[in-house]
Amino acid sequence: MTRRERALLVQVLLYAVLAAAVVVLALVADWAVIKENFWSSDGIGWADGNWGDLITTGMVNTIKYTAIAFAGGLALGLVLALMRLSPVAPYRWMATAYIEFFRGLPALVVMMFMGFGLPIAFQWTPPGGTVGAGLIGLILVAGAYMAETLRAGIQAVPKGQTEAARSLGMRPGATTVKVVLPQAFRIVIPPLTNEFVLLIKDTALLFLLGAAASERELTSVARDFLTSGPSAGTATSLIQAALLYLIITLPLTQLVAWLERRQRKAVR
Amino acid sequence: MTASLTPEAGTVPAIEIRGLHKHYGRHEVLKGIDFHVDSGQVVCVIGPSGSGKSTLLRCVNRLEEPSAGEILIEGLDICDRKVDLDEVRSRIGMVFQQFNLFPHLSVLKNLTLAQRNVRGRGKDEAVQIARQNLEKVGLSEKESAYPAHLSGGQQQRVAIARALSMNPDMMLFDEPTSALDPELVGDVLGVMQELAQEGMTMMVVTHEMGFAREVGDKLVFMDGGVVVEEGRPVDVLSNPQHERTQSFLSKVL
Repeated sequence: MTRRERALLVQVLLYAVLAAAVVVLALVADWAVIKENFWSSDGIGWADGNWGDLITTGMVNTIKYTAIAFAGGLALGLVLALMRLSPVAPYRWMATAYIEFFRGLPALVVMMFMGFGLPIAFQWTPPGGTVGAGLIGLILVAGAYMAETLRAGIQAVPKGQTEAARSLGMRPGATTVKVVLPQAFRIVIPPLTNEFVLLIKDTALLFLLGAAASERELTSVARDFLTSGPSAGTATSLIQAALLYLIITLPLTQLVAWLERRQRKAVR
Repeated sequence: MTASLTPEAGTVPAIEIRGLHKHYGRHEVLKGIDFHVDSGQVVCVIGPSGSGKSTLLRCVNRLEEPSAGEILIEGLDICDRKVDLDEVRSRIGMVFQQFNLFPHLSVLKNLTLAQRNVRGRGKDEAVQIARQNLEKVGLSEKESAYPAHLSGGQQQRVAIARALSMNPDMMLFDEPTSALDPELVGDVLGVMQELAQEGMTMMVVTHEMGFAREVGDKLVFMDGGVVVEEGRPVDVLSNPQHERTQSFLSKVL
């Protein structure tokens, strides 16, 4: 047998195994039961199923919370990034300590600290109740990650840009705002979009802090439909939630891929 | 003290450098430079790479921080803490080897940004001055283009127009044609020659011996962090006195 013939045989075998597995699965599986448990006809109706609450409460709140956490994290991250690049050493130390601290913790620990730890210790709840507290926790953690992304972006702007602006007499602040940051933001759009996708998924952690019915994000709504509502006792609502998450995240990850391709092609 | 040191214009050199030292760690790049450019003069600085000529030029507006020595711009000691360095810089135009145009701004915005931000000019005035300078460098039709869409020679001419739009008292050129394709060098040198003829004070670090000979009032040869020889360009180029100058010129001419 030549080398080519052997390679061909291996390929044929691989396909045969795959085909056999599919056939066995199709024969063994009870499709009616599977469908009722994962895609229950009671849950997927437009009028009386789960979609209404999942979309108008869950998905809307997930997007809202993500936007708040992203905006807050971006503002905090920008301050931290500028502190990290500051000529004043104590600012650099503080920013570095903050970033290393919060990047080293699970987001959930920080969110629970804000939502439960602070109220227990000081009888004081951050604004917005447990959801507000959880979002503050998310912002604190996201800020640390975004600070590093922004710092890398700022440092990727060539030094000659700063020199050109300063040689024209522009002050350091104006140089940063008018010359460096606009270029830095363009560089960090893809990684920041990734950051946004991560935040969408992290808002699911808010479920563990609890929320009023109208404040629930997508995962919380889906969790409640597991035990109550038309498709209670089946996994249907989780599958539906998964689809809704993908509807938001897939276009964004595609967008990141497209932006990265375009950036690689762009001549600097 | 600075104001009283400044007599009538013209009697004080535009740039005066005394005993300038610059070192990076233990590596000494400039070893005691005395140097001046008179108002209206064009001074070209030549020398092998690593001779410290670019560092010297970058010390003039303190993009490089001198380690020791004095830098006087129109009589004003710019290492004095009381001097507003940004104000002094706004009066010294600078042109870089790598152009350093702002890639996120159109040509016109490149020219108006500092006018508005530093000079406080209104939009109409800034645009009018920008257009005058674009015309001067022959690029009026490119005002809405972005730097990435221009050739190197065009970018460098825009960079010159950007510096001129601040109405500087003097111009510094840091190897302005070294990053250009040979066929684009002429346009940039032409603009510089025109500037010189208008009486602009210029300090030019360059490898263009032809430009130094024809346009320069003074030629300075640097090597190893010191000024080895200076004089009229014709004299230095055709009759160099020092062995190091002779050996350098024999390699480049």
